Amino acid sequence: MNGIRPILKKELSDHFSSYRFLFLFALIAMASLVLVYMAALDIEESLKGTQKPQFVFLMLFTSSKIQFSLVQFVSFFGPLIGLIMGFDTINRERNEGTLSKLLSQPIYRDSVINGKFLAGVVVIGVMMASIILLITGLGIIMVGVKPGFEEFWRIFIYFIISVVYISFWLGIAMLFSILFRSIATSALASIAMWIFFSFFVSLGVNALISALVPSGGEATTRSVSQIIVINKVLTFTSPMKLYTDATATIIDPLRRTIQPFIVQMGMMEQWSMSRFSGPLPLMQSFMIVVPYILFLLAITVVCFAVSYLVFMRQEIRSV
Amino acid sequence: MQTLKVIETENLTKVYGGYVAVDHLSFYINEGEIFGFLGPNGAGKTTTLLMLLGLTEPTDGRAKVLGYNPVREPVKVKRQVGYLQENMGFYREMDARQMLMFIAELNSIDQETARNKIEEALEGVGLIQQADKKIGTYSRGMRQRLGLAEILLKEPKISFLDEPTLGLDPDMTNTMLDNIVSLSRQKKMTVLLSSHMLYQVQKVCSRVGIMINGKMLAQGTMDQLAGETLDVENREFTLEEIYMKYFREAEA
Repeated sequence: MNGIRPILKKELSDHFSSYRFLFLFALIAMASLVLVYMAALDIEESLKGTQKPQFVFLMLFTSSKIQFSLVQFVSFFGPLIGLIMGFDTINRERNEGTLSKLLSQPIYRDSVINGKFLAGVVVIGVMMASIILLITGLGIIMVGVKPGFEEFWRIFIYFIISVVYISFWLGIAMLFSILFRSIATSALASIAMWIFFSFFVSLGVNALISALVPSGGEATTRSVSQIIVINKVLTFTSPMKLYTDATATIIDPLRRTIQPFIVQMGMMEQWSMSRFSGPLPLMQSFMIVVPYILFLLAITVVCFAVSYLVFMRQEIRSV
Repeated sequence: MQTLKVIETENLTKVYGGYVAVDHLSFYINEGEIFGFLGPNGAGKTTTLLMLLGLTEPTDGRAKVLGYNPVREPVKVKRQVGYLQENMGFYREMDARQMLMFIAELNSIDQETARNKIEEALEGVGLIQQADKKIGTYSRGMRQRLGLAEILLKEPKISFLDEPTLGLDPDMTNTMLDNIVSLSRQKKMTVLLSSHMLYQVQKVCSRVGIMINGKMLAQGTMDQLAGETLDVENREFTLEEIYMKYFREAEA
């Protein structure tokens, strides 16, 4: 559309030449390299006792022997990338008086937010892609295993989900930058949002579960299924949980479902289950995560639509 | 030949949460003229300009700019209207050429044409020497000139100039006014000039409108206004006398 291209171009060059981007990128690249290095070091440990190792390459992303796996890292700190990139998108222009200059040019008002959002998504994509490529390179050198065809696709889907996830946070930050005139307010609101979803929601879930499901005594089938249902519903209130669940089966095919087993099993049952513990085929893994991806996309769109509505109605005054 | 009215408003009103910024404003501007838009601070001049550009929605009434309704077709209006803001914002980290190129791209002027026009415009406002410096280092006057360069580049049919000479030295003020007059003459550009510098307005404008507290109290040529208010016959008068008279009346 009319006007998106020049804005996209300008925003991209702004992003890539800004210190903000440089710092963020350096920080994230460093952190993920360290994580993968550690994961690669103990990959041998993890593979001990496995008859026929599969998807060794993906273990670089998920190995939980260390504190954080890369996937966890992105789910936790990915939002910060989006928030930091977007919290002053509109209000900075408003404060510097460039917004009315931009809008007095023959462009549609939505081109401004579309162009800016698109530029953010491109930057996020470049960031994620380069990190994943870095890790792949490091993994090939350290582990000596190259990713297979299926692993490649899994990593690609993981990449897409991650970009959508971080873009959702970018959308949130942009919404705040439209709602609040002051840059400091929108920054604080963004951080508050992040803290709320990363800490309080999971705490709240546990509190809610213990309040709703009688604890003490033996876990009954009823209580276990209740816990599962509550967990599932609450997943959709936290984008982080959504992201973790969406990526889990994709990047970790040895997991059957997104629900961890809570049911206690006897020895014989465990043996009997282990017959089915082969990796889930790509298509099946994909089917499991599709609803999560769609939901993630949906909340991004909703968030963007709200920004859009608010921005279109906002008064543009001289200062 | 009948003159064409390029801007026409009818009972244009803007209310900001109970405060009436523009009150049933009706006026027109003919093609090719320089219209002086006078009034004290907060009289609603800038709000009027924003409504004419379609950046702010009027509470009531309607406006027509070049035959388009700015509420319905803001992009068509903005394609042919240049706006020099009072407190102009610039991207501080760009230099003058980059800024003008960005404006050219937003106006869908192709690169080749734009490059030539940018040099011309920078030459025209006397910024060619400083064109490679970042806008963040510019003085207020230089920014003002860069703003005019944007208009030269865009070559609109109408331009809204909100305090174009604010912060300029006397020499640059004259150059700026000359620029505006020559643009209006050569390119047949209609100019809506909002300013407090009554002497300058008197020098360049063919018609003026005096706006106080959101109302247009008078509009017409200088002689018409003088005849209405000052009861002078063939005496030298200044716009300041006329303006002060209206201002006193409004205050009383």
